Amino acid sequence: MAKDKPATLQIETFADHHVITQPNPLRKVLRRVAEKDLDDPVARAEKALEGLSSEFKNWMEIETDRLAEAHAAILRDGFTNFTREELFRAAHDIKGDAATFGFPSAGAAAESLCRIIEHAPDLDQVPSDLIAHHINAIQAIVHRRTKADTASMASELSRQLRGVADEYLALANRDRPDHLEAVLAPGIAPAE
Amino acid sequence: MFRIDFNKLRFLVCDDNPHMRRILRTLLHSFGAREVYESEDGATALEMYSHYVPDIVITDWSMPIFDGLELAQMIRQPESKGNPYAPIIMLTGHSEKRRVTVARDAGVTEFLAKPISAKALYQRILNVVANPRPFIKTKTYFGPDRRRNTNNTYIGPERRIGGEVEVLQQPSLLDKARTAV
Repeated sequence: MAKDKPATLQIETFADHHVITQPNPLRKVLRRVAEKDLDDPVARAEKALEGLSSEFKNWMEIETDRLAEAHAAILRDGFTNFTREELFRAAHDIKGDAATFGFPSAGAAAESLCRIIEHAPDLDQVPSDLIAHHINAIQAIVHRRTKADTASMASELSRQLRGVADEYLALANRDRPDHLEAVLAPGIAPAE
Repeated sequence: MFRIDFNKLRFLVCDDNPHMRRILRTLLHSFGAREVYESEDGATALEMYSHYVPDIVITDWSMPIFDGLELAQMIRQPESKGNPYAPIIMLTGHSEKRRVTVARDAGVTEFLAKPISAKALYQRILNVVANPRPFIKTKTYFGPDRRRNTNNTYIGPERRIGGEVEVLQQPSLLDKARTAV
């Protein structure tokens, strides 16, 4: 849309690689504005996001129900590629979305569950309570959020679950250095 | 100071989660974008990519069947009839270092870890619009230059070889250890 015609490529050839440069095809969408320009697209977007916030609790409940259904399928059918993927995807979505929806502690508990699914050597050997406690905690955090005094409790609950999960993963992966390194490494991707 | 005319940009958003697609759509429209195409899986996104020729792709990583990583790899085909150069922003719940490296090696232009914020998304878009990196083509890679820091003194094992063919022999750690004993 921003391009009128294909840009001419400039190709430099080296012994084992080519460097390909093209005139910036998106350059024309940039415009210089005064420092005191009052239009703030980020503020506008944040306000629009606020407008959506009345739906967040409902969305979070839908995500939580999906997680509970995935867990129920595992209790019924055991871990298969399909049930494992469904549980991981549901937990992973909550990990990514929960903070945006106003449930950061649910996101932290979901992240802990994702780490178990990803790094446990054999999911059938993971204590079933460890997984169930994560699911229950996420559900409790989401359903009881309206009580102001539950925020710190939710945070503490997530922290403790992560501690137990990390301890389990460190022990279970003691002979798997790649996984152990991943379990112990901090996340590095900045949010901003 | 620069601003982006979002109404001149065409976006393709790929995420299997409808709530996240709604958030992205809301943010992009609030920035001023008019053309935002959405897909819930990588295969449909690839079809839409060919059909709509978006200026910028924003994709999730984890999706069923055909994920965001595969989408990036399919777009970054230097011989393809479509545009292999479009900026790809990977928006994902993954935030581990090795994931960032894997995404980078698949040709992803920018990596944005969830939770999403308006500011972070705007900055990534501004970066791909204002500061496009040259593309590098090797036997095993085609995509934006993975090196953001220009360092002419770098002598690591993955140093690129210039016009004058030079082979840099790097002793392995095992060799170094043997020498030290």
